Amino acid sequence: MILKGKTWKFGANIDTDAIIPARYLNTSQPEELAKHCMEDADPDFPHKVSQGDIMVAGKNFGCGSSREHAPIALKAAGISCVIAPTFARIFYRNAINIGLPILECEEAAEGIQEGDVVEVNTDTGAIKNLTTGAEFQAAPFPEFIEKIMAAGGLMAYVKERTRNNG
Amino acid sequence: MGMTITEKILAAHAGEEKVRPGQLINARLDVVLGNDVTSPVAIKEFENLGTDKVFDPERIVLVPDHFTPNKDIKSAEQAKLIREFARKHEIINYFEVGRMGIEHCLLPEAGLVLPGDVIIGADSHTCTYGALGAFATGVGSTDMAAGMATGEAWFKVPSSIKFIFKGADFNPWVSGKDLILYAIGQIGVDGALYQAMEFTGEGIEALSMDSRFTMCNMAIEAGGKSGIIVPDETTLTYVKGRAKREFKLYQSDPDAEYARVLEYRTKDIEPQVAFPHLPENARNVADAGDIKIDQVVIGSCTNGRIEDLRLAASLMEGKKVHKDVRCVVIPGTQAIYLQAVKEGLVDIFINAQAAVSTPTCGPCLGGHMGILAKGERALATTNRNFVGRMGHPESEVYLSNPAVAAASAIMGRIAHPGEVKK
Ligand code: SF4
Repeated sequence: MILKGKTWKFGANIDTDAIIPARYLNTSQPEELAKHCMEDADPDFPHKVSQGDIMVAGKNFGCGSSREHAPIALKAAGISCVIAPTFARIFYRNAINIGLPILECEEAAEGIQEGDVVEVNTDTGAIKNLTTGAEFQAAPFPEFIEKIMAAGGLMAYVKERTRNNG
Repeated sequence: MGMTITEKILAAHAGEEKVRPGQLINARLDVVLGNDVTSPVAIKEFENLGTDKVFDPERIVLVPDHFTPNKDIKSAEQAKLIREFARKHEIINYFEVGRMGIEHCLLPEAGLVLPGDVIIGADSHTCTYGALGAFATGVGSTDMAAGMATGEAWFKVPSSIKFIFKGADFNPWVSGKDLILYAIGQIGVDGALYQAMEFTGEGIEALSMDSRFTMCNMAIEAGGKSGIIVPDETTLTYVKGRAKREFKLYQSDPDAEYARVLEYRTKDIEPQVAFPHLPENARNVADAGDIKIDQVVIGSCTNGRIEDLRLAASLMEGKKVHKDVRCVVIPGTQAIYLQAVKEGLVDIFINAQAAVSTPTCGPCLGGHMGILAKGERALATTNRNFVGRMGHPESEVYLSNPAVAAASAIMGRIAHPGEVKK
């Protein structure tokens, strides 16, 4: 999959309370969650972000709670992909499971400035900064995870397997 | 080369003789857990799957604890969804208000999680159960849905970090909370990213079960996939009488491989306080300086157990909460609450002018029962002090053990328990 979008940049240790504050977790409607996505870090974010934008952040992105509402909120807000040096592990799982592409690449996270236009190949892990011309390479997903992604997320993968098992 | 306890448990559940860090496995699950925030999403996904059966109704545990007793109409709707799902699938381990407690206090207490288990929970603090010698880790709602349907989950076998707490010579008022805050302070909030944190040494052996739960509870605060303590007599005494099914005890081999081995001297560790806005900002309480507080919360899945309440009460007995402070005490489960009543702890809290609540996560996640206004500051025995965690984005949360929290409630500022009681 090739994704292209304008980037938004955030710092290190962006936690799930910053991505979607717990006070909004009395619903799991993606559109409702999107309205408050990242608002404690940047109150204007839900209004500024547009469909297809790419998020670039510092290390340990998504640390904190297990709430799947976090990747759901990002996806519903229009974010097509997140690039960071490392992701917190539950967020990493959740993003894969709901089909939000995430790429671990320290050089890209440092070499991309807010507003740059970036092209990402999620199959190969290639990241191109179209604004500056710089190119980066993230590690591609392990095969097992690729299968989950190819099926369209974990539930689709489970569905396929249950069907194959008769 | 031997295996760590984590590797052994995972190998046994994946039907493998041996597993290695980095290996992807599919493991059989002993317990799948969800709460009122994560289960509604999981239930919707489960229903999309088109299967009409959960893998085993006795192995699924549903605990509405975050926004319950329902704080508003939306949370009531969420709780209703879980209740109806539990009825439809005859899930016996569904815990209604009045029977429930904070999930990570409740499951061990009810004997639902046992040594040697593999447990996933759609809640990040599921790692708490590692204190029993189980592999327990937090996942998201989709994993929970798949787990409910198949009884399995995929894992990348984590490498392990061994934390050795040398010596059982604890400084006064130091408990499991201080050891874990200290360790997080040393390695940082991503110091154990994707890894299992194995706690060992005389310091750990000397810890009560309640303190061990506190430590493993906060493994996620260092980015850990799990926290674990090899089961011993303390574990067995706790589990005996609670377990209603077989369990297995695992140990790490002497030649097991660790990604890192970190050694701390227990006697170097003083009561800790983590400053906003990350748990890694741990300092000695003695070095905190003059920090006035507006609210104290004693409770949560980290420190809402009976030992925590006893400790807090021992400082508050015959004293009053400072006039400028609101102190909220929340027992972790109904059984803990009742025990606190019987022991006279609730009398002490109420006489000290603290508010005592029915079990709930409540203020821990800024849900209800003690939300902070702009500019307010709280000291809590909870596990996270992120921006806005307990209310307004411009409020602040400090983390500590229950003794420090109780002493601070009385003094109106962050205080060492030694200032209140010799
Ligand atoms: S008490 Fe706090 S940390 Fe524990 S499960 Fe509830 S919200 Fe999460």
